[in-house]
Amino acid sequence: MGASRTKVAVIDPSGRLLGHAVKKSGIDFSVTAAACLDAALEMAGASREDIVRAVSTGYGRGNVAFVTEKSKTEIGCLAKGCYHYFPEAITVIDIGGQDNKIINLDAAGRRSSFKMNRKCAAGTGAFLEEMASRLDISLEEMNGLARQSQEMIKLGSYCTVFSATEVLESIRNGKRVPDIVKGLFYSVIKRVLEMDILSGQVVMTGGVVACNPYIVEMAEEMIGRPVLLPELPQLAGAVGAALYALDDKPETA
Amino acid sequence: MSEEKKVVRKKIQATDQMNKIMSDYFYGLNEAATTGSKKVAWCTSVGPAELLRAMGFAVHFPENHAAMLGATRLSNEMIPVANAIGYSPDICSYLTADIGAYLKGMTPLSKAYPGIESVPKPDVLVYNTNQCRDVQDWLAWYSEKLGVPMIGIASPKNVNEVTDSHIDDVASQIQALVPTLEAITGEKLDLERLRETVSLSRQCTELWKDVLETATASPAPITFFDSTIHMGPAVVLRGTQEAIDYYRVLLAELKERVANGVGAVEGESLRIYWEGMPVWGRLRQHSEMFAELKAAVLASTYCSSWIFPAFDPGDPFRSMAKAYLELFIVRADAYKGEYIKEMLAKFRIDGIIYHDAKTCPYNSNNRYGMPQRLERETGIPALVISGDLNDLRCVSDEQTKTNVEAFIEQLEEGK
Repeated sequence: MGASRTKVAVIDPSGRLLGHAVKKSGIDFSVTAAACLDAALEMAGASREDIVRAVSTGYGRGNVAFVTEKSKTEIGCLAKGCYHYFPEAITVIDIGGQDNKIINLDAAGRRSSFKMNRKCAAGTGAFLEEMASRLDISLEEMNGLARQSQEMIKLGSYCTVFSATEVLESIRNGKRVPDIVKGLFYSVIKRVLEMDILSGQVVMTGGVVACNPYIVEMAEEMIGRPVLLPELPQLAGAVGAALYALDDKPETA
Repeated sequence: MSEEKKVVRKKIQATDQMNKIMSDYFYGLNEAATTGSKKVAWCTSVGPAELLRAMGFAVHFPENHAAMLGATRLSNEMIPVANAIGYSPDICSYLTADIGAYLKGMTPLSKAYPGIESVPKPDVLVYNTNQCRDVQDWLAWYSEKLGVPMIGIASPKNVNEVTDSHIDDVASQIQALVPTLEAITGEKLDLERLRETVSLSRQCTELWKDVLETATASPAPITFFDSTIHMGPAVVLRGTQEAIDYYRVLLAELKERVANGVGAVEGESLRIYWEGMPVWGRLRQHSEMFAELKAAVLASTYCSSWIFPAFDPGDPFRSMAKAYLELFIVRADAYKGEYIKEMLAKFRIDGIIYHDAKTCPYNSNNRYGMPQRLERETGIPALVISGDLNDLRCVSDEQTKTNVEAFIEQLEEGK
């Protein structure tokens, strides 16, 4: 249950992904979770009675008592999900709706450290949502617009409110929207790179990455090496939670 | 995490005695201020309280008052008042909470101690900038507002090794305070009484050290959250027999817990060090959050900052100077790093949490690469959480919770 989007992953005992769903978390987490769960189960050709075990994660991890009281943090689940796809020493960069995380895993998949963004929206999905509204464009348009950019406009501030004034200034000066949008993407990546040193093979996840593949290309260029993506980058945390359920490891309850 | 499952926190029996001596202290202070039976000095928490006490002043500690504002969460209403008169939300939220409270004519003392109507009116304001500049600016506001003299010590800062020249400097500054203080009390300083006060302070802080070090036991009989409350007498009653008597009782109780294998946290499985200030308005929540995770936050730099091994009745001025200079907060990062490493080893720590307090750079030791450096050198994982001592506008409970839970998961996986 993410702050922005709710994701469900249904896996079989071999860890194969059978069904999945993503919905806006909205204002009733339990209702959204139930709808999302049923959609994912339908895709898997299963029903709620078929659930052997479940683990919840994310901001709303305490809001899904109807299916499970077992939970893990999203940091644990992202680590688990990514290591499942890439079993090596990796650095996970998750760009979510509410916050960003950088998680370092050793070759055995153990977390050696993690960082979360400071208590501000800079570099998160919420930042892009705010800016999309300023530019009067939809979130879905952003990726395509950024690709059309010919002359990126860089933002100077790490404050979302200040960035908004910079965007307004660009609008006032008649700058092109694609150039502004690319600048916003650039800003998101810069904020993430300020959080930690990227040591291992980089894996990116999260809704911002899933919906904006161009951000990944820009990130590769900025860090000077290729970035790996799970098949469904927005699902990585949900898959990790499902894998924890499969393990039935002692949970924090 | 299931929200319902609440841990029962074990009560420290000595708490009642502490409440009694703290109550006597506040009523005594109130009496001094309202009847004029004693002159009242306001003083920064690390000194020179010994001098003031020896000269017969009743001593009020604005930092203690500000912490009460934080712990009662009254600070939420007070800080904005001080912000509005030009004291920035970015500076010390002890200062802004305390000045805001004064402007609103409000004190948590009134609720805790019926009959006390306000903070005690000072006759003199005495600071030591060994902690920060903010204490001076804080007392300066009152000096102007109340027309009360302010004197103090401009301390060296970021000291790696405390040298004789540092001590000479501060000792002579302390001595220079004496004539002003004598003029206020109308009495000469009695050197014997100063020696006695310094001796009492030394005994108090040694006992406080013994109290904190009971937490070297597994399970630890006391947590950081308990200690932030029980350090009250070491802050406000240092130099009195009452504080010493209290810590003897507390120490005996904790030693008994250790002997019986009783831990403050049921089923202690991880041992955590807290670097930085507490979030006063979240003491209970944080205490319960860690207890539910079976993690004992059992040692801290903050609570250990009221240990002054240098106090020497044979050389009161120089030893006070040395004590105030040797303090962690006065020291350079090289010293601080070594200090923390020793603490991590002594208390057999599994993980260290740095509290990055938005309005207190001096107590936020994560800002110059310390967590990364020490993690590299010790292999002990570190976590930084964002928050503040008194300004809950700077606190995200959700982010704190996720960070702490993920950190505990990481430590468990690494065991």
